[in-house]
Amino acid sequence: MIPLSCYLVLSGILFVSGVLGFLIKRNIITIFMSIELMLNGVNLSFVAFAAHWHMLGNVHALSGQIFVFFVMVVAAAEAAVGLAIIIAVYRTRETLNVDQVNLLKL
Amino acid sequence: MLHLALFLFFGAICVAGAVNLLVQRHPINSALSLVVVMASLAGEYLLLGAEFVAAIQVIVYAGAIMVLFIFTIMLLNAGEEERTKGSRVAILLGIPGVAIGAVLVAWTLLRHSQTASVPMFALPGVPRDIARLLFHDFLLPFEVTSILILIAIMGAVVLASRPDAVARPHHAEPAQQPREVPELVGPGKERG
Repeated sequence: MIPLSCYLVLSGILFVSGVLGFLIKRNIITIFMSIELMLNGVNLSFVAFAAHWHMLGNVHALSGQIFVFFVMVVAAAEAAVGLAIIIAVYRTRETLNVDQVNLLKL
Repeated sequence: MLHLALFLFFGAICVAGAVNLLVQRHPINSALSLVVVMASLAGEYLLLGAEFVAAIQVIVYAGAIMVLFIFTIMLLNAGEEERTKGSRVAILLGIPGVAIGAVLVAWTLLRHSQTASVPMFALPGVPRDIARLLFHDFLLPFEVTSILILIAIMGAVVLASRPDAVARPHHAEPAQQPREVPELVGPGKERG
């Protein structure tokens, strides 16, 4: 038995690392990976809350794992489309630095 | 006690991987640290008893999505990121703001969830229960995700293909390459 707050704090640390990476990184691929880190932190809190409520006898508590499944599906779709956009951006600008990708037009 | 020891072990690996992702300058190092984070998170899911989630974490996240990332990094030949004025401003403003947010979140969590606790292997995470939920209660969202994946595949193909490859058939070689489309493959391939 360990406190639920241990899992929540670990999830918070992961989410905050993702936010920090999103802010301080300049490479567009690394920024994208920071978003994945944030999604992972949220997934951990979903599963921890599911375990907590299941232990308290809530019959709907298993739905937390289903939400993790949906988050993963959305993350996979987002990674596919986002990396395709990154490839398209690199074709037109030949850079991955977000400081130089600041115009919508070419 | 075993639960706490295992939680701390996987949690330490997880946090170390997340910090290493932030510290590394080369994107391939960041990607490999993210793989470490995801693998140790799968260990945390196993500790909670969510075996199905742990399995798809390794297969989908650490397998499929990270392969996509590493493939893109190698395709674009991404080098180390350079320090610019914008990055210095982001570090100066971002780190204090994020630290304040993190302290607030941790304080709130520790203050309001002091009594709740989780035993080891709390969830019955076997695929039978998950499948009953997924194909019965959540059937409509599950089918919608399949449409979402299909649209994402088509969007990725359209976005990542060359602009002239969409209109022309594949085998019809153009007389000369258009000037505005840079080659992705680098100096090894001769230009047409």
